[in-house]
Order: sequence, then structure tokens, then C-alpha cells
Amino acid sequence: MKVKVKLEKKNTGLNFQDLILRLSQFWANQDCVLQQPYDVEVGAGTMHPETFLRVLGPQPYRVAFVQPSRRPADGRYGENPNRLYKHSQFQVVLKPSPADVQDIYLKSLEAIGIDLRVHDIRFEEDNWESPTLGAWGIGWQVLLDGLEITQFTYFQQSGGIDLDPISVELTYGLERICAFLQGVDSVYDLRWSADKTYGQIRLAEEQQFSVYSFDKSDAVAIRAEFDLHEKQAKELLEGFAASKGDARTKYPVLAAYDHCLKCSHLFNLLDARGVISTTERAALMARVRGAACKTAAAYLEQIGGPAKRRELRA
Amino acid sequence: MTPAGNHGAKKSGRKSESKAEKKLELVFEIGCEEIPAGMLPRATDELRTNITKLLTAENLMAGVTVETFSGPRRLSAWVRGLTAKQEDVTSDVTGPPVSVAFDKAGAPTRAALSFAEKQGVRVEDLHRIQTAKGEYLAARQVRRGRTAEEILNEILPRAIHDLTWPRSMTWTGIDGARFIRPIRWLLAVLDGRPLKFSFGGVSSGDKTFGHRFIGKGELTVRNFEEYEKKLGSNGVIVRPQARREKIERELAQLARKNGFQIHKDAALENLVCYLNEYPTVIEGEFDKEFLNLPDEILVTVMRDHQKYFAMENNRGELAPNFLAVINLARDSRGLVRAGHERVLRARFADAQFFWAADQKHPLADNLAKLERVTYESRLGSYRDKVERVRSIARWLTEQWYSSGMIEAHMAEADRAAELAKCDLATEMVREFPELQGIVGGLYARAQGEPDEVADAIYDHYRPVGLTDPIPRNVTGCAVALADKLDSIAGCFTVGVVPTGSSDPYALRRAALGIVKIIMERKLPVSLSLAVGAAAKALLVHKPKKGMTTEQEAQVLEFILERARFILRDRDGFAYDEVNAVFRAGAEDLVDAQKRLVALKSIRKSKNFEPLAVSFKRVRKILEKAELGKSEGRRVQPELFDHDAERELYAAMREAAARVQTAKRGGRYQEALEIIAGLRKAVDKFFEDVMVMAEDERIRSNRLTLLSELLKEFTTVADFSEIGAEERR
Repeated sequence: MKVKVKLEKKNTGLNFQDLILRLSQFWANQDCVLQQPYDVEVGAGTMHPETFLRVLGPQPYRVAFVQPSRRPADGRYGENPNRLYKHSQFQVVLKPSPADVQDIYLKSLEAIGIDLRVHDIRFEEDNWESPTLGAWGIGWQVLLDGLEITQFTYFQQSGGIDLDPISVELTYGLERICAFLQGVDSVYDLRWSADKTYGQIRLAEEQQFSVYSFDKSDAVAIRAEFDLHEKQAKELLEGFAASKGDARTKYPVLAAYDHCLKCSHLFNLLDARGVISTTERAALMARVRGAACKTAAAYLEQIGGPAKRRELRA
Repeated sequence: MTPAGNHGAKKSGRKSESKAEKKLELVFEIGCEEIPAGMLPRATDELRTNITKLLTAENLMAGVTVETFSGPRRLSAWVRGLTAKQEDVTSDVTGPPVSVAFDKAGAPTRAALSFAEKQGVRVEDLHRIQTAKGEYLAARQVRRGRTAEEILNEILPRAIHDLTWPRSMTWTGIDGARFIRPIRWLLAVLDGRPLKFSFGGVSSGDKTFGHRFIGKGELTVRNFEEYEKKLGSNGVIVRPQARREKIERELAQLARKNGFQIHKDAALENLVCYLNEYPTVIEGEFDKEFLNLPDEILVTVMRDHQKYFAMENNRGELAPNFLAVINLARDSRGLVRAGHERVLRARFADAQFFWAADQKHPLADNLAKLERVTYESRLGSYRDKVERVRSIARWLTEQWYSSGMIEAHMAEADRAAELAKCDLATEMVREFPELQGIVGGLYARAQGEPDEVADAIYDHYRPVGLTDPIPRNVTGCAVALADKLDSIAGCFTVGVVPTGSSDPYALRRAALGIVKIIMERKLPVSLSLAVGAAAKALLVHKPKKGMTTEQEAQVLEFILERARFILRDRDGFAYDEVNAVFRAGAEDLVDAQKRLVALKSIRKSKNFEPLAVSFKRVRKILEKAELGKSEGRRVQPELFDHDAERELYAAMREAAARVQTAKRGGRYQEALEIIAGLRKAVDKFFEDVMVMAEDERIRSNRLTLLSELLKEFTTVADFSEIGAEERR
């Protein structure tokens, strides 16, 4: 005896692209800058400079953007309906965190068509930590009828630096939310637009990058690339330390950060290839973290740092 | 000390005042963003303790009851019987001695006048008090009691501040308040009136907030009754106990309706009780096709990942149904159910995918991958650990087999040890790390390994605690022992020794497991030889470094310490009994346990305790005489010059033979009874004989006799330990 209750009516939920548009519109109305995805491979929206660096220092900032996030080890050759080599995060950063941030967030769910009175929404403990970025925060995973749809984090540290003020970061898992809205079981069946599915647009990419990162990537070359990028990041940061005056103000700290991001992605590729031991893993992560923390410190100094706080507030 | 003036009258006046006094009620609530459910029970207790402590410090606790409650978004307190005001406190301030306070004419001196002025009283209102140094002038001062309102405004912020959390945060900035999650409102109403204080940038008031979705937002509250009632009708059940009862009731109802049984899961019930403000149980189902996956995986996904209750049909088989607790009054359109079913389907589909992917190659293929999984940097990879575990398991089963245990299978133990860690490199364990071992066992069976091997792999992490069962077969015991011995020996060798607060490789648990397995399975294991086997494995395989004698002794002692703990705290043996038995030898834990049982049962007999006292006396005498165990010396009967000596010697020789026989037959109680029978002879010896005789030869012979007594009759249990003070 099966009492199957159909989830919303099938195929009435938002298209993937409309979901992005709605969230963008909602957060633009909350005075967020609508940014674009970062054009270097990242594993999460947090690595976008608009999050990692902007949360440093005293200046208020609100930003929202979509960030395609590459996690080579999560690839499944396009065969698993829920796991992806590259998924899309919708990232919101509110600095400082407003007192009613949970309510605003819940309104954003209503804005994408979720009726909060008939669904079970809860905030379950899930503290977030990125050992490669020296960043961590306190927060929850937001569950919608048991499905994790958002990571909600009060950032406490970024690049090893205590944050003041505290920013809140909201990371929506777009594919999951969209699958929920559309009532489909496989990510590849999602309607991206009125006449294209997620599978039509992305399946080939999933297949090819899974093959690449699990079977074809050249670990020796990737290690060499890792070393090169790390070297450049290091040299740039040393250059910053030695710079003075105007040259210091305009010094390309941001470029050093790009090299950190490259290292992080290359590390993920090596990891997916299964060529790093647990010990080496910790060592490589520590190398990336070292560069990221130095970059954060340099960035903070460049923008004036906590010392300039009073002036900026005035 | 003469109370001056109308002091007595004042006192009684105050008393009658307090009798008529009205008792006040406080309702207090910390409104918070969702607090982790697991932390709430402790925080609820701590809030009560904090308030009680702070009220006590203000002398306001008499006749007061403090109750505290909590839910995901609130910690609340109901304080009844508060006095409106602290009592006034009267005290004497001592001034100058009377001898200098008045002149010859009896008029107050400058000293008296200025003291009175300083105290703000007239000089004639000063009184005299008697002190140890003589008579002094004193001024009576009354410190006015503060109102409960003033005090609460001061202590409630501290009650919040003093709550401790595993990891707190700041939300208003680096100098702001710290708490487990941001505080968003504070409700504090004393006797109908809101209190005025603030914490973390939030001011207290008379407002609370209902359930996020099924309640009205803001609610005004004047007292606790109203607090509980208004929240109750706005989707918040204040009392955790009431939530728990609702959950239990609904779980039982839905299970009964379907004719299913629920596994009683107190931990999960407690968790969902604190995860929901208005818990409601709903049912759901999943496709029967998923029942092809092992129950262990299905239950782990449901219970640990989704917090669902799994159910069984009346044949004890897992049913394709589950119960979930949601934070809503109902799911009338079935949307929540559909959502949960969908999530579960995806999770199960993942598990199926992992199962299929892992089955593409035999488990043994993963051995190569284990080279890349580090166990401990100096001890190498899991591949290295596998080799060490194999060699210890081989040694153990060889020992057992040659001691007549025909069920000890060397080949199976070797195979199980070889495959035991292979699941660490599977997709399934990567996804569900808590299923390590279990997954390996399931895969081994699916791939045609014999049950003996599959079950051994499945069980080899067991026991994981005091109440967890040991591996079900001897092969599993061998692998589990070998794995745990290797962990402890290896870590001690490279200096990873557990401290009070840190035990990253769970070595205490491993030692406990070793003890439990040996004792419960009654395995013939010589602990020091087993540690030796682990040391040899470390020498032959990576890190190719043996253990020092001290390290071996350290490891042995580490394991014995757990054995003492189990015997005392779980089995209820007395501290001195365990010490007495262990002092007589604890190489063989099964044998030690037998001796302990015998000792406990004979302890109440009349001869026992007095004999123990005598044995202790013997030990003291020998220690003092520094004769120790009288190496190589023998008793020379021709040197006896007292009957008591001869009688004791004869009794000892007769008893020794019988004790030997009883011991060899494992009849420890009988052996102990024979020893206890020596009491008369020993007592007589001490009554009649001076041990420290003048003649050096006689003295030395007597000491040798005693030394032999101790040596011969403390091999079952060292009586001299009985009644000793607890040493920690």
C-alpha cells in the first residue's frame, strides 16, 4: 500500500537560471553588489576574493555572486545523480552581519517559491573551516525537509586574522535547491532554461573532467605547477614586504592571491589523482595556508588595516 | 557586647516585616539563534547552577526554587519565592579603645569625637564592645539591603556570561560579547515588571518570540504561566520533558499503526527533543529495492545522517519505512514527507553507487592503496600496520593452537588481518567513516571469503567501549587484539603516550578492548609475551625499531591499569583485592580474574583479615631488615630454638604442598582456605617469638622463615595488600 504524495507539481519549480535571477534580484534589493564568478578555479565561493579578502578590515560591504566550484575528487563521471565535479554556489556576504540576518535569509527562500509554513526548515549546527585558507566560522547547515540547502556562517577568522566586524556568509547549493523546487531526482534532469536541461549543458563537462582528474592528469606536471605558483606567490609577498610608499600601495598583492588559488586547485587535482599521502596532504595544505595567510595580512595592511579604523568610520 | 538603645526592638520589627513579605517570581529567557542541540541539556543545568550561585552570593536564595528549560532558540529560567529586598545587614565598626576615648572627667576625647564624625553618628550613640584587646568604642552601621530588582539587573547578565560552551563566537565584533550563537532577545520579567539590563547589545524586556513559522512573532509576557501558555499556543513547547513525551507517544502510535517495532534509541530521542521547538513525528517510506543494501548501511544513513528512526517488522527484519521528527504541528499536504523521502532516496542511491563501485575489484586490491594512507608518520602507512597486525595475529593464534585451542585458525586469522584495513580505501568508508570494519566485513562476505574471516573483519574494531560486545569469533578476537596491541606498542615506541586530556589514537580504548577480549573470551594470553610479539613486529616491519625494556614495561602497565579499572569499576572488586591479586601476578588476566573471585569469596571468613594483618607485619619486618626475598637462603630447622618456630615451619611445609596441588587444579578458593588455615601458627609465632633475636644466626634464620612464608603463600593473592589504603 503506497501513499505517495507528489512533491509540488512536477516541473513547476523555477528553472536553474531563473533561480539565479531571483536570488540575484533579492540580494540586490538588500543592497548587495552583484559580482561575477571569479575567473580562477576555486573549490568554493569563499575563495573568491570578494569573500576571502573583503571580510578583512573594517569597511562595510555586501556582495552576492554565483561561483562555479570545482572539486575534482567529487566528480563521478556524470554517473551519480547528486555528485558533481563542478557545482554552483550562490554566495552572499553581509558585512557587518545584520541582527535580522536569519529572517532576511528566510525571506530569500520565500522569494524562490518555498512556502515556509508547510516545509520543515531548520538550522543545524555545522561549523565551517577551511584549513587551506586559515579561515573558520560558526554556523549551521540549513535543512529543508532534511535536505541541506545552505551553509550559514558567521566568519570568525580569515587568513588567520581575527575579523572585526563579523561578516555573515550564506552559501546556497543551487543544484540541490533547484532539484528540490523542480522535484527531480537527478541533477542532470534539471531544467536549466525553458528548453535546455542541466544535462544537455553540463554532462559532457562532468564526464570529461572526471576522466581528466581521476585518470589522465599528469601528477608530475601538476606538482611542478604547484611549485611554480607557490614560488610566485612567495616572491610577490616578499616584494611587498620590501616595498615602500606609493609602490607599496599599488603593489600586486591581489596577484599573489591568484597564485594561492592556483595552488589550492592544483592540490585538489593531486588529491583526486590519489597521489598524496595523508602526511604529504597536511604538508601541502600548510604551504597553501601559509601563502594565503601572508596574502591576507598584506591585503589588510594595504587597505589601511585596523589602525585606520577610526578614520574610516568618521 | 551590650546592644545599645532600641536595637532589640528594631530586630523584631524587621522580622515581622519579612513575614508579611510578598514572594516574587522571575521569568527569564535568553533568546538565541539556533543553539546546537547536543549542548542544550548541559547548558540548561549550568544556567540553573549559575542563577542559584549568584542568588546565594547575594543572600537571596533562601526559600527560592530555580527551574530551567531549553529549546533550540531559547534557554529559560523560572525562579520562584524571591524576596523583594535583601535583609539589612547590621554590623559594628570598631573605634578607639575606651581607655583613650574618654578623659579623666569622662568626657569624650578628640579620638572619640572624630571617630563618631567619620561614622556619621553622634558621639552619645556610640556603644562599647569587649574585644580580646580590651574594651573599645563602636558604631553600629546598617547596610541597607538592595532590592531583588537591582540585584537581578546585575546578576542576570553574569548568569549569561558565565555559561561555558565548547566553542563560542562573537557576532558584534571582536570586543563584543561571546556566546554559542548570537543572542537576539532577552526576556526578564520580575513580578510582572520588565527588568532593565543588557547583554551583547540586546536590552532586556517583556517580549519573547514564538516558533519561526507556526507562531506569531512577538509575544508579551508578564509571568511564567503566561510565558509557557503563550509560547505553547505559538508553536513552542517550553519544557523539554513535554517535547520528549510527545515524541515518544507519536513514535509509538505510528509504529503500532504499521505493526512495526522501533529500535529504542534514547540518544536519538534526546537529540530530536532539543532540535525541535514543536516536534511532530511523521512517517515515510523508501523503495524496497534499497533493502538489498546491508541493514548496517541503511540504518547508519537513517539514524546518523538523517536523524530518522528505523523500524523492523515482526520478524525482526528492517522495514522500508522510517519515522522522522519535524519542527511543525503537522504535514497535512505531505510535502515534508515527500521531501524527506526524496533526500533518503538520494542518500541510498549514493550508497548503492558506492557499493557497486567498490565491488568492481576485490578487497585485497586495496592493500596497495593503503600505502598512501598514513597511520602515524613515524609508524608508516596502514599498509605497514597491516603487516605488523598480521605478524602479531599469527603469533597469537599459534600460541592458542599449541595450548590446545583447536578453534584457533591461523590461516583465517592471517587472511582477516590482511584484509581488515582494506575498507579504508573504499568509497563507502570514505562516505561513511563510522562504518569502517563493518563495510570490510560485508564486502569480504560478498566476495566469498569464509564467514570466519568476514565476521572477524567486521568485528575487529570491537569493543569500542565498556559495554560494547567483543568480536564474535576467535579469529576476530585475534585480529582485534593484534590491531590494538600494535596501536599501543607502536605509539608508545614513538612517544605518543596518552595524557589526561589527549589520546588522539584512542589508546585507552584499545587497552580496554584488549582486557575485555581476553577476560570475556577467556583467552590464554601472556601479556608480557604479547607485548613482546608487538615489539618484534615493530622491529621486523616498519619502523624497524624495537622497544626498550622500559617501553615494554610501560605498555604492560598501561594495559594492566585498564584491567584494574574494569575489575574495580565494572565488576565491583575492592581496590585492595585487585592489588593483592595483581601483585601475585597479572600476566594471565583470566587466571587473575579467577584468583580474584576466590579471594573475594574467602575474604569474609574469620581467619582471613587477621592473617592479612600478619602478612602485612611480615612484609614490614622484612623491609625493615632489608632482607628482601632472602636470595638463595634456606631455612635451617636446626637453628630453631622455639616451638612456635618449628610449628610454623611444619604448618608451612604441609600447607605448601596442598596449596600447590589446589593451585595446579585451578582451585584457588581451596588454596586460599589452606593459606588462611596458617593463621593459628602465624599468630602463635608472633606471640611467642622475638624475630629480631640477638644471635645473628637465629635472627637471620627467622627472617628467612618469614620471607619464605611471604614468598610461598602470596602467589594466589598477596594478602599483605589487603586493607591497604587506596593509592591513586
